[in-house]
Amino acid sequence: MRFIFDRDTWQEIFGSIRKNKLRTVITVVGVVWGIFIYIALSGSAKGLDNGFEREFETVAMNSMFAWAQSTSIPYEGFKTGRSLQLKLDDARILQNRIPEIQYIAPRNAKGVFGGSGGANVVRGQKTGSYSIYGDFPVFTKIATKKIYDGGRFINDEDIKYGRKVCVIGERTQKELFEKDENPIGGYIRVDDIYFQVVGVHKFVPGGGFESDSDIFIPFTTYKKLYNTGENVDWFSIAAFADADVIQVEEDVKAVLKSNHRVHPDDERAFGSFNLGEIFNRIMGFSKGMTFLSLIVGIATIIAGVVGIGNILLISVKERTKELGVRRALGATPREVRGQIILESVFLTFIAGFIGIIFGSFVLAIINSFTQNGDGIPYTNPTVPLVYIGGAVALMVILGTLIGLIPAQRAVSIKPIDALREE
Amino acid sequence: MIEIKNLHKSYKMGSNSLHVLKGIDFSVKEGELVAIMGSSGSGKSTLLNILGMLDEADSGDYHLDKVEIRNLNETKAANYRNKFLGFVFQSFNLINYKTAMENVALPLYYQKVGRKERQRKALKYLEQVGLKEWAGHLPSELSGGQKQRVAIARAMAAEPKVLLADEPTGALDSKTSYEVMDLIQQINDQGNTILVVTHEPDIAHMCKRIVHLRDGVIEKDEKVEQVRASAYV
Repeated sequence: MRFIFDRDTWQEIFGSIRKNKLRTVITVVGVVWGIFIYIALSGSAKGLDNGFEREFETVAMNSMFAWAQSTSIPYEGFKTGRSLQLKLDDARILQNRIPEIQYIAPRNAKGVFGGSGGANVVRGQKTGSYSIYGDFPVFTKIATKKIYDGGRFINDEDIKYGRKVCVIGERTQKELFEKDENPIGGYIRVDDIYFQVVGVHKFVPGGGFESDSDIFIPFTTYKKLYNTGENVDWFSIAAFADADVIQVEEDVKAVLKSNHRVHPDDERAFGSFNLGEIFNRIMGFSKGMTFLSLIVGIATIIAGVVGIGNILLISVKERTKELGVRRALGATPREVRGQIILESVFLTFIAGFIGIIFGSFVLAIINSFTQNGDGIPYTNPTVPLVYIGGAVALMVILGTLIGLIPAQRAVSIKPIDALREE
Repeated sequence: MIEIKNLHKSYKMGSNSLHVLKGIDFSVKEGELVAIMGSSGSGKSTLLNILGMLDEADSGDYHLDKVEIRNLNETKAANYRNKFLGFVFQSFNLINYKTAMENVALPLYYQKVGRKERQRKALKYLEQVGLKEWAGHLPSELSGGQKQRVAIARAMAAEPKVLLADEPTGALDSKTSYEVMDLIQQINDQGNTILVVTHEPDIAHMCKRIVHLRDGVIEKDEKVEQVRASAYV
């Protein structure tokens, strides 16, 4: 240990490094490049990871939709091709039968899935056609709706009394209201019924089919307005965080099938779409990216360190005579070996340090470019300290191991051979 | 100081072996200045390498300052070299990225002498060879004679029992050669034991004793009247 902290040891090392400036620089560049790639790649992968997570933060990650279609297998006396209709009661049954369900929101919509277009919405001289959703307050638990200041989403009272209130989108506000007008408390006419605006929601992309012009009204009001009775277009369902969403999806369909007297093997009777699955796939992709960047980064570091070993090997050959002189003057093989290994580790370490600084710098630049950039899912690219520590440890270990080769070579040459005149 | 009995050494050259030293008996007392002479191939460098523990004899005894030198591993040989021997080479073998002073201090570094002490001693020996004001210069900035004087200072810095010089004047012109020999004589006058390998008769006659080697045996071992090199400088 004394050897490592000895000032003279370092002076010897600096001496031989200073002597071979070009060699040192070329050596170091290899490792700098390796660690730079490693930092930049794994930081970017982390940024992508964070970016995806931000994209999905408005949606419950383990949520799904289920809707009714028509049967494809005859069952219990019903012929094939029977149209199915979800009912409000299904929500209660699903909630009771499947404990993994945390929230279930029955939803109705007009102007979304083809069929009858959107509702005619009129305010004074201004008109537009927008999608109308009939919703319960619980829907915001599944997909958060950001409501602008001073507004609110539909609440339980609205549902209870069937109030004629609505939450409009940003675009709806722009098209129906003047610029400096406060839409909250204003009235709009939806399919000839007056609704009071209680909130404006901020549109967040990534939710699927929704847009920035959607109008949300209480489910009970929707029911009266469009005469839908107990009908439900689809359920939005959020499972508990620890539940297996795929299994929940199966269960939901199975319950619905038994409830609607559909053949258990009928795959087409109910449709479903699983955000959790999609999410998992994307997260899997970003995990794969992280893994890939780790592999590529480490491989590059190894290549760099091997480069150091290679160049040290050449330098040992170049310095054969010098090493011979040193040994004639009384350097023990241990001292010679130690010096060369330390040289290797030192070079690796310095190079790694420069690479880390360089890599973080580049990450900071990328970050500042993508900070406000919408569309690119890229946020806060960081490299966990553990990764950096691991990389440094890897470099030191590799530096030592690779330094052993030239060190052994240096020691294996007998001083007498090293000093031969020719 | 040096005690050698029946020393043999042969080198393997492919399938044949070359018998270089064929039974050398030889002793050197403290304070002697001995020249080892011989034509090339006579075995003089091999003898010096064995004396310098850079090479090992096949058989025979070798005592250096009453310590038996036999079956040394590299670490032990390095320690003995550092403690007992100083080397001067034909091609100087200074480390070219170190200054004259750092070169002189190098054996002291391997003796684990402290930094300050090293510098002090290095300067002292540089002064002795008349190169104190060149202490901060790199070998490339020195002339051949100066380089050899730095090398001698380096060999002396470790305060060895025996100084081994392998053709110390081989790469120098005669005037510089005499300067170097003058220095070697002065060092010898201070009581140091010195062995010089050379093939130049005039250099050999500046020593006190000449050992003639021929085909691996000592042909003649004679005391000579020392010629002072200072007469020629």
